[in-house]
Amino acid sequence: MHIIESGNVAAASGVKLAKVQVVAAYPITPQTPLTEKLSEFVDGGEMDAQYIPVESEHSAMAVCIAASSTGSRTFTATSANGLLYMNEQLHWAAGARLPIVMCVVNRGIGAPWTVWNDHQDAISQRDTGWIQIYCCDHQQIIDTVLHAFYLAETVNVPVMVCYDGYILSHTYMPFDIPEQKDVDRFLPPFTPAYALCPEKPANLNTVTLPDIRPDIRGDMAPGYMEIRHNLHMDMRAAIDVVADIDQKFKDIFGRGGHPFIEPYRCEDADFVAICLGSLSYHLRDVVDILREEGIPVGVMGLRLYRPFPNQAVRDALSGRKGVVVFEKALSYGNQGALYADIKSALYTADNRPTIHNYILGLGGREIKTHHLEKALRASCTKPDTIGDTPEWIGLKM
Amino acid sequence: MTTQSTAQTTILNLPEDELVHPGNRACSGCGLSIIYRIGLKALGRDTILVVPPSCLTVLQGLYPIAATQLPCLNVTFASTAAAATGVLGALRAQKNETTTVAAWAGDGGTSDIGLQALSGACERGENFIFICYDNEAYMNTGVQRSGTTPQGVITTTTPFSGKAQKKKDVPSIIAAHGIPYVATASASYPLDLFDKIVKAKTIQGPKYLHAHTPCPAGWGFDPRYSVKLGKLAVETGLFDLYEIENQTFRLTGASKKLIGKKRKPVREYFKTQSRFKALNDEQIESVQKEIDAKWEEYARMEQC
Repeated sequence: MHIIESGNVAAASGVKLAKVQVVAAYPITPQTPLTEKLSEFVDGGEMDAQYIPVESEHSAMAVCIAASSTGSRTFTATSANGLLYMNEQLHWAAGARLPIVMCVVNRGIGAPWTVWNDHQDAISQRDTGWIQIYCCDHQQIIDTVLHAFYLAETVNVPVMVCYDGYILSHTYMPFDIPEQKDVDRFLPPFTPAYALCPEKPANLNTVTLPDIRPDIRGDMAPGYMEIRHNLHMDMRAAIDVVADIDQKFKDIFGRGGHPFIEPYRCEDADFVAICLGSLSYHLRDVVDILREEGIPVGVMGLRLYRPFPNQAVRDALSGRKGVVVFEKALSYGNQGALYADIKSALYTADNRPTIHNYILGLGGREIKTHHLEKALRASCTKPDTIGDTPEWIGLKM
Repeated sequence: MTTQSTAQTTILNLPEDELVHPGNRACSGCGLSIIYRIGLKALGRDTILVVPPSCLTVLQGLYPIAATQLPCLNVTFASTAAAATGVLGALRAQKNETTTVAAWAGDGGTSDIGLQALSGACERGENFIFICYDNEAYMNTGVQRSGTTPQGVITTTTPFSGKAQKKKDVPSIIAAHGIPYVATASASYPLDLFDKIVKAKTIQGPKYLHAHTPCPAGWGFDPRYSVKLGKLAVETGLFDLYEIENQTFRLTGASKKLIGKKRKPVREYFKTQSRFKALNDEQIESVQKEIDAKWEEYARMEQC
C-alpha cells in the first residue's frame, strides 16, 4: 500500500509488520512520534504487543534485554542523550547476544542542548557491538526495520536502524507499506537460541574469569575473551548475511540491490563523495550540477557502518582519483570517524585515491547546496591537498 | 493496626526441595545465604530470578558453574526492576501468567542506583516480587557506605568518624507508591520471611520485601554470631518486622511480641560489631531516644 507519511510512521509501520511482541520506550525528540504511533497501534488493538512505558532509556533497554532473554521479539527507539543514557545497556545487549532492534533517530548531543540532526549520537556508540545501518529515505526506513529483525535474529547481534532526525523523521514522503502476508514470508517468527524458563534453568550473563574454565562435567567453557572474540567474528560474518538478506528481500519485494553502498552516477566517476544517511540524496543534486560542468563525480551513501564493509568500500573506491567524506559527526581532536574508517579500508588498496574530509551540519546547522557544491568542486579540482584535519563547512563565526 | 497474622510455617513443614546447590561462594556466616536458601524454597521452581551485581552474583557462582537451580538473568546495576518488567512483558506476550518473577538485589542496588527503576516498576504496577537484602553497605565491593548504612557506621568511605547521615527508609519510600504489599524480614527469622514470600506470591501487582542480612565481614563480628546479631537488631527495636498490606501497617513475628514489652537497649547491639566503634555515648543515647519514640508510636497504633 502506497502512502505519504513521516519517517517515524514508516519505522512504526515496519515494527508492526515485524510482529514485535514487546516494545519499551521513553519519549525523546525527534523519536517520540515513532513510539506514540506504536502505542496507538497497541492500544487500538492493531498490534498484539506489550507496550511498556518505562521511566528512562536505561530501563527501556533493560526491558528489551530481559524480554529478549525470555524469548520475545523486542523493539525500542531513541535519540541523542537517550541513546547515551543506554550506553552500558547497549554493550550488555550485544555481549548477551540479544537480537534487539532499535531505531536511532539521529540528533546532536548536549551540551549545549540541541534537538536537531547530526550523527554524533550513533557514531559515539559504534563500538558497543551493535550493527548499525543508515537510511536515506522513508522506504529504506521501513524496509530496513524488516531487514534488521531478520539480520539480528540470524546472527544474534542487536541492530540499530539509524535515520536523520527531522530531515527524515518529521518530513512526509511517499513509500510502500508491504503486505503482511509478504512480510510473513520474508521474516519468520522469532525462535530464540535460549529463552529463560523454569523447565530449563540457566544463569545468564554471570561472572566470567579471565581464563577458560571447566564445567561440572569437565568440558572447557569459554572465558570472557573467547565470548568477545565470538561476537567480533559473528559481526564480521554478518556482512555476508546482510547481502543475503538484501537479496531475499529483493526477491519478494523487488527493492534493494545495494546492501552496503548505494551509488549514484559512480560508474565512470573519477571522484566520489561518500557519507551516511539522507545527506547522500542531497549530494545527488550537487553531483548533477558538477556533472554539468564536466566534473566526473558521483556519490555513495554508505548503508552498513558496523560491521564496516571494508572489502565493499575498497572495491568501490580503489582506483578513483579522489574520495570526499562528508560527515555529521567527528572524533573530537582527530577527524571524522567515517573518514578514518574509509582511509583504513583503503590502506591495502592497489590504487589509493586522495581523500578529503568535511564536517558539516552539526546540531542541525543548515547544509546549503552551494556549500556542498563549492567543497566538492574544490576536492575534485585540487585533490592533492590532503590534510590530517577535516575542513568544516557552514561555520559562520 | 490489624491483628491478622501470616500463616505460620514451621521448620517441620518447610519444603524439603533445595533450590540452591550445596557449596557456593558466600562468606561463612552470610545472612544473604540464609534468606536465599529459604527464599527460593518459598518462591518455588516456577520462578525466574533477576539479579544485579551484588554479593548474590558471586554467591550464584562463576561461569560455567551456577549455585542456583532457578533460571536467572544477571543484569546491570541500575536496571533490576526494569529487567524484571521485561521478563514479565515477554511472559505476558507468551501467555504465561503463572511463572513468578523475582528481582533480588542488595541494598545499594535497591536504595541507591536501582531506586529509579524500582520506582518506575512500582508505579506501573508490575506483577513482581522485589527482594532487597540489606547488609547495610556496598559489601560486594568491600564495605562502602550506601543509602541504607545506619548513622555512625564505619565503612571504607566513612573510615574514621562514621557515616554522618541516617539510614534511608526504603520500605516507606516503596510503600508510598501505594503498592499492595510491602514487608520487612530478617535472616534470623527465616520462617517469617518464608511466609511473607508465600503470601506475596498470592498478591497481584508489585510486592516489596526488605530483608535485614547480617554480614560478618562488613560489620566486624565473628561469623558464628550472624543469627544472634540479626535477632538482636529486632530485639532492640532497631530493625522491625512488619507488613504493609493494602496500605495497612502491622508488626509481625518477633517484633509484634515486643509491643508493650521492655526491649533490649540498642547499646547491646552496637557493642557487638566493630563498625559501630566510632559511636559515642551521646550518639547511642540519641539513637535510643529515637527508637523509644518509634515504639511509643507503634504502641499507640496498636491501641487504635
